[in-house]
Amino acid sequence: MAATLRRFFDSDLWWSFTRSPITMLSALVALICILGAVFAPWIAPHNPFDLASLNLLDAFKPPSWTEEGEAQYLLGTDDQGRDVLSAIMYGARVSLLVGLSATLFATTLGITLGLLAGYLGGKLDALLMRICDVQLTFPSILVALLIDGVVRAALPREVHDQIALFVVIFAIGISEWPKFARTVRGSTMVERNKEYVQAARVIGVAPPRIMLSHVLPNVLGPVLVIATLNLGLAILSEATLSFLGVGVPATQPSLGTLIRIGNDFLFSGEWWITIFPGVTLIAMVLSVNLLGDWLRDALNPKLR
Amino acid sequence: MRKLFWVATLALGLAAGSIGAEARSVRWAASGDPNTLDPHSQNVGTVSMVLQQIYDTLISRTQELGLAPGLATRWEQQEPNRWRFWLRDGVKFHEGEAFTADDVVFSVTRALAPTSNYGIYVDTVERAVQVEPLVVDIITKIPDPILPNKIASVFMMSRSWSEKNNAARPQNTRQREEMHTVRNTNGTGAFRLTAREADVRTVMTRNNDWWGWKEETSREANITEIVFRPIASDATRIAALLSGEVDFVLDPPLQDLNRLRQAQNIRVLEGPEVRTIFLAMDVHRDELLYSDVKGRNPMRDLRVRQALYHAIDIQAIHRTTMRGQSVVTGTFFPSQVNGYVKEEDVRLPYDAARARALLAEAGYPNGFEITLDCPNNRYINDEQICQAIVAMWARVGIRAKLNAMPLAPFFAKIQRDDTSVYLLGWGVPTLDALYSFQSLVATRNGAQGDGIWNYGRYSNPRMDELVQRMKTQSGEPRMEAIREALRIYREDVPHIPLHHQMIPWAMRSNLTIPHMANNQPYFRWARMN
Amino acid sequence: MFAFIISRILQALPVMLTVALISFAMFAYVGDPVAIMLGQDFTEAQREALVKDLGLDQPFWVQFATFLGNAVQGEFGLSYRLSRPVADLIAERAPATLELAFTAAILALLIGVPLGVYTGLYRNSWLSRFFLTFSLVGVSLPTFLIGILLILVFAVWLGVLPSFGRGDTVKLGWWSTGFLTWTGIKALVLPSITLGLFQLTLIMRLVRAEMLEVLRADYIKFARARGLPNRAVHFGHALKNTLVPVITIVGLQLGAIIAFAIVTETVFQWPGMGLLFIQSVNQADIPVMAAYLLLISALFVTINLIVDLLYYAVDPRLRIGRGQGAH
Repeated sequence: MAATLRRFFDSDLWWSFTRSPITMLSALVALICILGAVFAPWIAPHNPFDLASLNLLDAFKPPSWTEEGEAQYLLGTDDQGRDVLSAIMYGARVSLLVGLSATLFATTLGITLGLLAGYLGGKLDALLMRICDVQLTFPSILVALLIDGVVRAALPREVHDQIALFVVIFAIGISEWPKFARTVRGSTMVERNKEYVQAARVIGVAPPRIMLSHVLPNVLGPVLVIATLNLGLAILSEATLSFLGVGVPATQPSLGTLIRIGNDFLFSGEWWITIFPGVTLIAMVLSVNLLGDWLRDALNPKLR
Repeated sequence: MRKLFWVATLALGLAAGSIGAEARSVRWAASGDPNTLDPHSQNVGTVSMVLQQIYDTLISRTQELGLAPGLATRWEQQEPNRWRFWLRDGVKFHEGEAFTADDVVFSVTRALAPTSNYGIYVDTVERAVQVEPLVVDIITKIPDPILPNKIASVFMMSRSWSEKNNAARPQNTRQREEMHTVRNTNGTGAFRLTAREADVRTVMTRNNDWWGWKEETSREANITEIVFRPIASDATRIAALLSGEVDFVLDPPLQDLNRLRQAQNIRVLEGPEVRTIFLAMDVHRDELLYSDVKGRNPMRDLRVRQALYHAIDIQAIHRTTMRGQSVVTGTFFPSQVNGYVKEEDVRLPYDAARARALLAEAGYPNGFEITLDCPNNRYINDEQICQAIVAMWARVGIRAKLNAMPLAPFFAKIQRDDTSVYLLGWGVPTLDALYSFQSLVATRNGAQGDGIWNYGRYSNPRMDELVQRMKTQSGEPRMEAIREALRIYREDVPHIPLHHQMIPWAMRSNLTIPHMANNQPYFRWARMN
Repeated sequence: MFAFIISRILQALPVMLTVALISFAMFAYVGDPVAIMLGQDFTEAQREALVKDLGLDQPFWVQFATFLGNAVQGEFGLSYRLSRPVADLIAERAPATLELAFTAAILALLIGVPLGVYTGLYRNSWLSRFFLTFSLVGVSLPTFLIGILLILVFAVWLGVLPSFGRGDTVKLGWWSTGFLTWTGIKALVLPSITLGLFQLTLIMRLVRAEMLEVLRADYIKFARARGLPNRAVHFGHALKNTLVPVITIVGLQLGAIIAFAIVTETVFQWPGMGLLFIQSVNQADIPVMAAYLLLISALFVTINLIVDLLYYAVDPRLRIGRGQGAH
């Protein structure tokens, strides 16, 4: 463990990290967002889901530093008297959960299919790549809208509400896998013909094992870059779906839902209801994107 | 020199002339667009708000929603089953046809057609007959004392124009071809349609030949053109008004009223609407849907309904959710409606302790689970009201799940009776109590109009009897029936009434227009400076 | 070449069929158009008659087959909501969306390419870093938020640009254009910026990456060694070679622009196909939704086909392994 750590701190990656203040700043922002979201149930000042604790008389309180603000509501309250800060923490939780799960899903699917296509080639390869081609022309947001719509139509509403979160994760994930599959397939085809793989094959190592232990490690770098950049995209997709009103159910508001609700109050002077979730969303996505950008440059020495 | 003088005079004259005929165009925005311009196809406010600029009715509404001569100058119930109307002379349709009794016969018959959505306004009508070229009789199946209130909503069309354009029946989507009346109009009204692009814009220009410009209420009116644009997004609609791109917004969002009031050059008119928001409960099923109570229906217990009522802090909703733009009520139609009784307009007070006690008494000390069905784009702040109520119920132990849906799936769901509690708003276009009693609390029995919006399936034989009396009687006996029915409504708690909607209108301050409780702007009475 | 085109078209067919099935299935059971059309008052008999007239009592497959047969003839039926032929509605709205998408794409190209070239050439300059960071902000801002903020600033606070609609349009045959009037052009500004910003940043980053790649290539080194001036090297050689992938991506992104137009049109009340689509979703207007999805898919498949053919024409070798770079 210690050795691994030492190796990490000695690595180019760490060196390049310490040389880039913007990257360190975005890592910090991302970390705060993640910690705030993960530990929301324990550190959030209020529980916005506890209906019995809500009081309509507390609605529309401005942030605490303004004249009419109250200390217990740091970022003010919304139209139902919910604490905006707590709502953001719980909302970021949903946004991150959806973004991470969707990306994980897309990555797993993309790697598996990419490895298969690249290693086995032939008809399977042709078929998978055609599907990739076609799907890449369809913007992911439209694919997600489509899938969400199909599920919405096929299931009764009560059932749909219970699994809505999974539907959104699936819809966003499935619309992003081709990027991973393409990259992995390309690298796999290169690796497959290298001598060490040929050698492993000759001595009778099973193909799944070859793929996992020899080919996979060599494609992980680009995959990591795409995954990071994709995380930002997935969070935005979820926000857009929720803004259009077809994302996660309103009982589990994500940042996108909060922005949609708050948007109605933007012109009436109750700006804090939408601006703070909006700023959080932007900060989260921006920091993830900056990290992804840095990772790409750091892992691709050619660009330096 | 003299020549110059003449030129100058001419120029001055021209200038003066052009001032007199200056175009006063009013740009009007609302969230919804009429989905047809057929006069008898869709009985909804977004359609009639445009149509009533173009078409006239036999009987008009005054600015206070009273009855006033329209295309008929007077009317009289000559026999119990016969109303006679004397028509205005010299009225012409926009395309030049003279308006006669035959057009009335045609229009009433058209409103009676199976594809008509205006059936409720002519539900008692058997037929219309021409007596003389300008006298027409409407024969009813039963004595109908409130026929004039209903006929005031039926637009008059030209028979020759409609038949020429294959539009003798109201438009129906079954037709594989587009019907002429969907995009074309030919009324006798104050404005004529000049352009129509669905969802984009509808333009109407002043009909200088309209009979009503001579009336006192219209003498100051000077609008020469109405440009209507639907803008669905609340924020955009308000932005357009603030930046001067539109002059009149029919439905400004409540949260923006304060800002609009403070803005320069913007005026907000406030007034009540004839529409009541209430919660209705399933009091029919033996086992409540969407609940953890099995084998019985708690809503059938009066004490449970009262508990749900007591738990609602209506003043908080009035102040915060509605921002003061509501009239809190204990009954289900407002005072403008004929039959309103102030003594029956009393709420069960907000009292959470009493609510808990009643629940315990009824055998639910720990409350129970239900689902509240709620539209999210139909009434003013509908979803927010429901959210607030769910939180208030949570405080007395009722674990309600909110199911907020757009208009279309919401209506579909409650119309399948697939609901245990739902929020509904009810407008009364006839301005008579019967319309509400008949649709909302009469037993659904298949007869036209009875209980068609009674999805809680409330049923009380005495109430049904009273509704039948309202249909045929008049005068004090009828009022007696209404009064008793209102008392039963208050005591039986088939609904939890919330409030009557207020409908603020926002406009540039150079526009003057009377505020109307039916939420319809009448540009024939508007003036722009 | 001919065989290639045929095979690609044959591959497109099952895609279109699947989309047709999905788009029909998707909306077959959402909402209840009957309830909307009947309005507030109706009898049970009227309701049943309407269900029958609309064919909603038929089995799913019968409804689908009818739909497909009609769709092939360009006949999508009557909109439930507006009672007009869907084909007419879409033809009316298409110019608005296409003009918006076109303007956004041009905007993205005209600003994105020069910025990309600049940041590629001077990648360590202060300005380049600023542009790059700015581009990341652009990528990280959700479209709807950009639109709302632009309205707030330019329409409400400054009052210089309209907040909604297309302004005045001029009819050229059946096509209505906003390019020929001053209000029409003003109305285009905010929506096209909103829609184009994401593409702009994408193009800029793409051009930058390609430039960096190309500048390292041997022929550039040779060109430099031959003593050619920087300008000739940069624009004569480097930029020219970056443009092929850029144009391809822009072509492919046209689909994304039209899809994201749904969001932009909603925010700006732009009377195009996207707004029509969202309004139809809200009111369960099945014929319009089905037609929109089918048309959009047809458009995407066509774009994909054209891009394929372009590739084929430019460099047959690329056909096999295109798009592997992870830029």
